[in-house]
Amino acid sequence: MNAMISGGFSARFAGLRDHLPGGRTPWIAALRAEAAEHFALAGLPSRKIEAWRYTDLAAIGQANFREALTFASESPALPPMRAPYRAVFVDGRFAEGRSTLPRWCRPLARNLGAAEGWLGSLAQKLPVVSLNTMLFEDGILLDLPAGTEGGALELLSLASHTERGIAFHPRHLIRLGAGASLTLIETSLGANGAPYLHNPVFEIAVAEGATLSHIRIQREGRSAFQLSTVLAAVQAGGTYDNFTLNAGGKLVRNEIHTALLGPGAACHMNGAQLAGDGQHADTTTYLDHAAPDCASRQTYKTVLAGKSRGVFQGKILVRQAAQRTDGYQMNQALLLSDDAEINAKPQLEIYADDVKCSHGATVGALDEAQLFYLRARGIPAEAARAMLVQAFLVEAIEGVTHPLAQAALAEATDGWWESEAA
Amino acid sequence: MLRIEGLTAEIDGKQILKGINLEVPTGEIHAIMGPNGSGKSTLSYVLSGREGYEITGGTATFNGVDILAMEPEERAASGLFLAFQYPVELPGVGNANFLRTALNSIRKAKGEPEVDAMAFLKLARTKLKALQMSDDVLKRNVNVGFSGGEKKRNEMLQMALLEPSLAILDETDSGLDIDALKIVSEGVNAMRGPNFSALVITHYQRLLDYITPDRVHVLMGGRIVKSGGPELALELEAEGYAKVAA
Repeated sequence: MNAMISGGFSARFAGLRDHLPGGRTPWIAALRAEAAEHFALAGLPSRKIEAWRYTDLAAIGQANFREALTFASESPALPPMRAPYRAVFVDGRFAEGRSTLPRWCRPLARNLGAAEGWLGSLAQKLPVVSLNTMLFEDGILLDLPAGTEGGALELLSLASHTERGIAFHPRHLIRLGAGASLTLIETSLGANGAPYLHNPVFEIAVAEGATLSHIRIQREGRSAFQLSTVLAAVQAGGTYDNFTLNAGGKLVRNEIHTALLGPGAACHMNGAQLAGDGQHADTTTYLDHAAPDCASRQTYKTVLAGKSRGVFQGKILVRQAAQRTDGYQMNQALLLSDDAEINAKPQLEIYADDVKCSHGATVGALDEAQLFYLRARGIPAEAARAMLVQAFLVEAIEGVTHPLAQAALAEATDGWWESEAA
Repeated sequence: MLRIEGLTAEIDGKQILKGINLEVPTGEIHAIMGPNGSGKSTLSYVLSGREGYEITGGTATFNGVDILAMEPEERAASGLFLAFQYPVELPGVGNANFLRTALNSIRKAKGEPEVDAMAFLKLARTKLKALQMSDDVLKRNVNVGFSGGEKKRNEMLQMALLEPSLAILDETDSGLDIDALKIVSEGVNAMRGPNFSALVITHYQRLLDYITPDRVHVLMGGRIVKSGGPELALELEAEGYAKVAA
């Protein structure tokens, strides 16, 4: 048997277990212990595991990250607040003085009692999720009552770098009551200095007829690692929309598991990955059609510059009960350099007989004829390339309709290509 | 004025242009006619800076400046405009954004202030009206789903907005319909004036029914073999290239 890589996380859990939030609360201690046991057996997933074939976590194992035990002493500058509400986390810890929260959103660590029976309810036995359960420090506990229009809320994660090589594992619990609606704009930011690991897990429950629009803008520092897992369950007539921009980090895995559990549930999962020299961007989606008459749409676009690597893995499972499923998945990659590499693996697994399900994939370079056309009209080469890159992303981005989310997205993508090309 | 002297060019090691000599004085419209394979399209691409063509000798200057050493965007900024025979579709690029970016790129290169969105819209509407085009064209993606005629109109809209001092019109394909030819010729005729010159490259005389050239040049085997007035086009049509060039 091969030595499994734990990155020292198991050993650190042994030392920290009593000091972690809820460390002495029996149900949480039990949950953490169970996760620790699973992680000790599984370790960080190696490339021998099919789901991790294209993304190598060995560097995380070797980095010897440490969980931050105290609040950051420094107060990093915050980007301007866009939405009426904002939850701010610095190195995974809730920053109370810098947050403005509605009644239905509280920090997790000091409200753990309210999370009983909820925390872990959607968790699957995934090593990265177990790592989070074992070590989570904080997160949001968002419980939007039935019928409430929640408007927009920002969730901001900042890495402060006051300690070198820190790891943080936020756990975000999000529950929308029947008919409720919310736009959640999540941004992860970090400077380009020391490496760190951000390992967030989201447990998202969307009740009957509720709608959650989850916009994620990942702009971690260029030495950072992010392993994020979204676990979403959608009941009848509910909608979960996820748009993820994967733009920062050295190695990033954006893993989304969505289960459509009641008739008429719907899901749009879209994303754009922008990776430049030395970056690895992985989006892996699992869509579980478990009920009849559900629809899912996925459009993922990956743009790779320099020596970079992109991964898209997308599995659609249509269970026998899921008759009249309408599923669609498209992933496209644009390679801007000869040194860039994309691995794409779409997968359909269908057990129902009356379904409409399709997927497609394309890989290409910038079209020389298009480029020449723009340049012949006076547009300089770099600006012309940037225009074509933006145009490539349109289909993935156009579903983001909330003006605040559009502004955040534009800020993150504008000029991306110019800076990569520089 | 455009001045081409002894221009030779090859593609994939095959020599196509074998010493072109040509002058187009400011304010004049010249036509280049020639049979298939004579080098007509190559000449238009070499002048506008498309990659893949190796210039092996000679010069091409525009108002005294060597254009062959320039990037395509620099040529555009210096007043050169290539009207594409088959305009390229740009999915995901809005026409208004494209046109304004092009206009502002050229203005910026010339040291002129950029045009804001409102001023651009006003300008674009004036040009659209003159070309009898609907404003809707600004909201669509560049040339995507356009009919052949609409694409040609969009080329002429670009030309009207960018106000080049020299237009090269590549209309070498014999398959173009009359409507498309009319659109192109109306666009060129509207620009005609003491500060505008054009090089119209075509296979058949048909286009010249709508644009009366000041001079006609016959291109055969990569060389200009004969030049004359507008009557030369009619002669070519009646007698064929071989006989006229003999």
